[in-house]
Amino acid sequence: MTFDPLVIRKDFPIFDRKIRDGKRLVYLDSGATSQKPSVVIDAESNFYRNHNAAAHRGAHQLAEEATEALESARSVVADFLGGATDEIVFTKHSTEALNLLAYSIGDSPAGNVFHLKAGDEVVVSEMEHHANLIPWQQLAKRTGAVLKWFEVTPDGRLDLSDIESVITSRTKIVALTHQSNVLGTINPLAELVKRTHDVGAIFILDACQSVPHMPVSVAALDIDFLVFSGHKSVGPTGVGVLWGRASLLAELPPFLFGGSMIENVTMLDATWAPAPRKFEPGVPNMAQIVGLGVALNYLTKIGMQEIHNHENTITKYAISKLREIEKLKIIGPTDMKLRGGAVSFTLGEIHPHDLGQFLDNSGIAVRTGHHCAWPLTRKMGVAATTRASFYLYNTLEDIDDLADGVRDAQKYFA
Amino acid sequence: MQLDNLYQEVILDHYKHPQNKKLSPVFDAQVHHVNPSCGDEIDLNLTINDGVISNISWDGVGCSISQASVSILTELLIGKKIADAYSILDQFVALMQSKGAVPGDEYVLEDAIALAGVSKYPARIKCALLGWMAFKDASVQAQAKSKLD
Repeated sequence: MTFDPLVIRKDFPIFDRKIRDGKRLVYLDSGATSQKPSVVIDAESNFYRNHNAAAHRGAHQLAEEATEALESARSVVADFLGGATDEIVFTKHSTEALNLLAYSIGDSPAGNVFHLKAGDEVVVSEMEHHANLIPWQQLAKRTGAVLKWFEVTPDGRLDLSDIESVITSRTKIVALTHQSNVLGTINPLAELVKRTHDVGAIFILDACQSVPHMPVSVAALDIDFLVFSGHKSVGPTGVGVLWGRASLLAELPPFLFGGSMIENVTMLDATWAPAPRKFEPGVPNMAQIVGLGVALNYLTKIGMQEIHNHENTITKYAISKLREIEKLKIIGPTDMKLRGGAVSFTLGEIHPHDLGQFLDNSGIAVRTGHHCAWPLTRKMGVAATTRASFYLYNTLEDIDDLADGVRDAQKYFA
Repeated sequence: MQLDNLYQEVILDHYKHPQNKKLSPVFDAQVHHVNPSCGDEIDLNLTINDGVISNISWDGVGCSISQASVSILTELLIGKKIADAYSILDQFVALMQSKGAVPGDEYVLEDAIALAGVSKYPARIKCALLGWMAFKDASVQAQAKSKLD
């Protein structure tokens, strides 16, 4: 099957609607959330229509079916990442997955592999989304650990020139993004993971911007934990994924307590079910989890490498078209070897909010602002940027419309 | 074009030629406000003499709506009694939150009436209100200070 975005678009009903008085939808905000194919929308609806019951509870057929649907989705996610089924923890979103790690690590008693004490070091980078910065920043404050970070170079890459002074023998945790949600930069993980393991620390990967867009194998990357979000991967909102090495999940204390995460409970104490159950109290977001399983099967059927190749084509074209525009400045690397399909830029004196509003009037959806990465936009010396981010359903025509829209905005605000 | 309801000529004029955009070294209150969703920032200095706003000066970065709105505010409120300024502020906030249902009183709001189109774009209301909320904050501080003096 050859990859054809025009055929793929037919799977996504939202492209049938019109925007701002009859304009074609040019959706360039998949970095914030992706659109959903009919199979995912139907899977959620079908779960409620035909199989709804509390999974892992209840002695009846519906409960059996709900459990089967939930656990099948877990296998799909595990296969998608190249991990084991019991290594997949479902959360509400990737933000919760990162907070789960930060709180569980903070709760680890002395003697536990995760135990943090004053003076231990936690490493992040200046290009982290707030969701992979603030949990660690606050964990450091609670424990007396020291927060350290990799700086970002003027062309938007991680500055690894001082890797040995950033990741040291005192480092316990390294939490980094795979691909920047602002700059599009893909980080060179091999060197970072090796250094992290050499000093005996744990490597946590924020893969929200990579897992939906390229083949990612946790085994090949040799990382310890990974998080990604369902809704950026053509799946539903309300479901995030934490993958962790089985041996580490076994040792990590639980974060949220309640029903179904226990082994035994008395009035004064409790013990925990094995992972992943000990991290999943409460009735899970079953319909959303089922929808995520269908979403990942949908992506797999198309092929993650094919999707990645398509996004590379689109991104390369976008960069070349945008660079032709006077006063437009791309914030981030322009070399395709270093980046994925999110392109941030500024446009002279025209504020991103005004540009975004103007583009919206033409049916073009982009994101504007600091993109939940305020320290990064400050570092890059801009108050805000406009970001176009791409996915499997975007076409070269979308990029032409964007470039035309940007030029029209320049005339409008001149 | 639908967008012209939002970007009225008056707004683009104020954006390109902002009024009172130079912080006065003398003031009763100085505030710094940010719009955390987009990173827009404003510094605003306010002086009140005998219950009358004698000066508002500001500096900041932001979109045309936020910049024009504060520029219009300074022209509208300098010279007004503080009680009258609050009445204008209340009417402006009501206009912004009206979702386009209220036309606004041009006699009271003057150039600020040009921002009426913002009320139909929910994501931009915060932009239009940034300077007004900074003014409100500064006025409370300035009055608290004058009671102490």
